[in-house]
Amino acid sequence: MLVLLGRSGSGKTTLLKLVNRLLEPTAGEVLVSGRNTHSWDPIQLRRHIGYVIQEVGLFPHFNVARNIGLVPSLEAWPPQKISARIQEMLRLVGLDPDIYGRRYPHELSGGQRQRVGVARALAADPPVLLLDEPFGALDPITRAELQREFRELHRRLGKTMIFVTHDIREAFLLGTRIGLMQEGRLVAIVTPDEFLTLDHDEARAFAGCLQ
Amino acid sequence: MWGARSEILHLTAEHVFLVFVAISIAVAIGVPVGILMTRRPRIGKPILAFANVIQTIPSLALFGFLIPIPYIGGIGTSTAVIALLLYSLLPIIRNTFTGISGVEPAVREAARGMGMTDSQILWQVEIPLSLGVVFAGIRVATVIAVGVATIAAAIGAGGLGMFIFRGTSMLDYRVILAGAIPAALIALAADFGMSALEKHFMRERRS
Repeated sequence: MLVLLGRSGSGKTTLLKLVNRLLEPTAGEVLVSGRNTHSWDPIQLRRHIGYVIQEVGLFPHFNVARNIGLVPSLEAWPPQKISARIQEMLRLVGLDPDIYGRRYPHELSGGQRQRVGVARALAADPPVLLLDEPFGALDPITRAELQREFRELHRRLGKTMIFVTHDIREAFLLGTRIGLMQEGRLVAIVTPDEFLTLDHDEARAFAGCLQ
Repeated sequence: MWGARSEILHLTAEHVFLVFVAISIAVAIGVPVGILMTRRPRIGKPILAFANVIQTIPSLALFGFLIPIPYIGGIGTSTAVIALLLYSLLPIIRNTFTGISGVEPAVREAARGMGMTDSQILWQVEIPLSLGVVFAGIRVATVIAVGVATIAAAIGAGGLGMFIFRGTSMLDYRVILAGAIPAALIALAADFGMSALEKHFMRERRS
């Protein structure tokens, strides 16, 4: 899991959106599974990549089960396989399918909504997952809970994940590597241990927040 | 007495027909135009301005303007339908545009990010989420059209305006009321029926 760390406006989200072509690069190229994203059909590319955002973006007129089953149904999976997958995903993120499957997003707490957001992103089993400050809007206790569970989830699934945050603690908790961003540049990609010894002002500023 | 009653029924039917045809066409034109405006923001402003200008033309004058225009004008039902249609366009276009642009950006971004095509986003996300607002526009347009349609009698398209014009020239308020009361009832019924539909869609959206 690569964590992109940086201040607001440092280009973390922009970089993330270049990966699933919500934004197009003005120069250079982005490779996903070894292929330039430009040679991908953007729709196929996005269905190949899970995407979780801070505001979750669950469809308010779909219940939880339909939200999770969205990409599989776009991909025309058989209905039985979809409903089995929905159950599996809900259990994976710690929600009881019998209770939550039929609820609508407005009947969930912020933490539950974000769990559903993660389940939805994982539903079609994409090899890559992009997460844009998924826990940013949660209260500190729920956030800590979800961070711990998410770390477990990542260990179990072993998928490539790019996780955007401005929270250095979150970066240290989740990241196997940390990419530091400043003013639109990726200034370093290092392991968390190496991060603390980086000879860079921005890295020291972030490390200072750990105390 | 029998004659009066059957005339009221006949003119009410004519009135409802005028409004129904005009609103149906206005929906068929206004909803797609409203959707198109959300895709091409640049054409949005002139279209809204045009619909706004039409709305400001006094209704009697609009009927008058249409009479000399070849093909669509003249005396009779089709001219009245066109005038009503022009009046109904603004609320329908505007509400469709507002409803679709009002869909939460996060929802749209999530939809794009998950690989929905533009038409899937439109049909599965944007239209269902804006139905309540679109219906509110159709309701407003219908209620306005029921009122404006009374003027259609002035260009020979019939409807309940017949009683109102006749009563005004006879200075007989009973004849005026024979047109005004059914027209008010139609407007109330349309308002009630449409808002029930609207609530239905809004509830579906939230729950």
